[in-house]
Amino acid sequence: MNEPSLWSIFINACLINNFVLAYFLGICPFLGVSSKVDTAMRMGITVSFVMLLASVASYGIHRVLEAIHAPFFQLIAYVVVIASTVQLIEMLIKKLSPVLFANLGIFLPLITTNCAILGVALFQTNRGYDLLESVFFALGAGVGFSLALLLMAGIREKLALANVPKIAQGSVITLLVAGILSLAFMGFAGLAT
Amino acid sequence: MANKPINIPVVAESPADTNVFIRGLWQQNPVFVQVLGMCPTLAVTNSAINALTMGLATLFVLVMSNGLIASLRHVIPRQVRIASFILIIATFVSVVDYLIQAISLTLYNALGAFISLIVVNCIILGRAESFASKHNVGQSLKDGLGMGLGFTLALLCLGIVRELLGEGALFGIAVLPENFEKWVIMLLPSGGFFALAGLLLLFNWIKQRNRPIKGASNE
Repeated sequence: MNEPSLWSIFINACLINNFVLAYFLGICPFLGVSSKVDTAMRMGITVSFVMLLASVASYGIHRVLEAIHAPFFQLIAYVVVIASTVQLIEMLIKKLSPVLFANLGIFLPLITTNCAILGVALFQTNRGYDLLESVFFALGAGVGFSLALLLMAGIREKLALANVPKIAQGSVITLLVAGILSLAFMGFAGLAT
Repeated sequence: MANKPINIPVVAESPADTNVFIRGLWQQNPVFVQVLGMCPTLAVTNSAINALTMGLATLFVLVMSNGLIASLRHVIPRQVRIASFILIIATFVSVVDYLIQAISLTLYNALGAFISLIVVNCIILGRAESFASKHNVGQSLKDGLGMGLGFTLALLCLGIVRELLGEGALFGIAVLPENFEKWVIMLLPSGGFFALAGLLLLFNWIKQRNRPIKGASNE
């Protein structure tokens, strides 16, 4: 087994090395937008969608920068491309589907500076994935992110009824829950062969 | 530098210089109080030296971008300010990226993509938007220094706790006796969550004890 299969890339990004629970990417929305299942769902879909587009876009950028021998532009180019992609999608969705825009709209500007998106672009470059592998990697990362967000939101909805000590309310209890979730996700490490 | 005298009324409103500095270190500590910049905080703090490097790198970017943004604040149009801020920050992060690579390759490999990810650290963009774009260069530099040191301090606390419990060592030097049972979990991702939760708990407790009458109302 010299080349990792597409499926294993997907599973790896989604479960084994979950972006939120193993790499700590996208923690801000994870802690911020995860108090309701409904919002978490929408956020997850938006992030997955942008991840996919950003992944394809940054793959193109990477090839261009390689061709003109300017690796020092990598970071700046990625940030600009991701930001403008998000802007473009925002305009496109607004034009094509006002209903979808009303649902996802407020999240779009927020995720411009989401580390998970830039993380996908950087990791796929570092690991030298080709276009198809990048797409599967981004898909896996997106699904993994949504999964973590949904699980967290489900737990927090129940947690609202629990009697948490005053000193541990807010971010402390959320972090503790996240730690236990992360511990549970470590069980998936057995999937890697 | 665009230190125009028109700013005097604005400056007069803002807190005294030392306060700007101390505020970032303690009262408004980016990690413990504002709970910002979580990704690097948790990802690279499995050893004290990684945490220190990350903190200093962020400090550098924060001070430099705060300074530059403050000096350009009358030039940048309001509509494109966020995009300009991100560009300025990305430039300094690229500088730091190459700097660390030149100083220590092992450290560079240990931190990996997380150095580049300083770009999307919400603390930096947050300070640029809420402080540097409204205050003069000197104040902004001090704010960047205070916030950056506060961030470094928080990272170092976390790194020390995790390395001490997980490896029985500090900065790679063994300090605890040989028969100390290592808490391997502290080095794993979930250990980061637990350690930070523990530190936040301690922080909340100290705050609550200092102000028993007011009562710390969290959120």
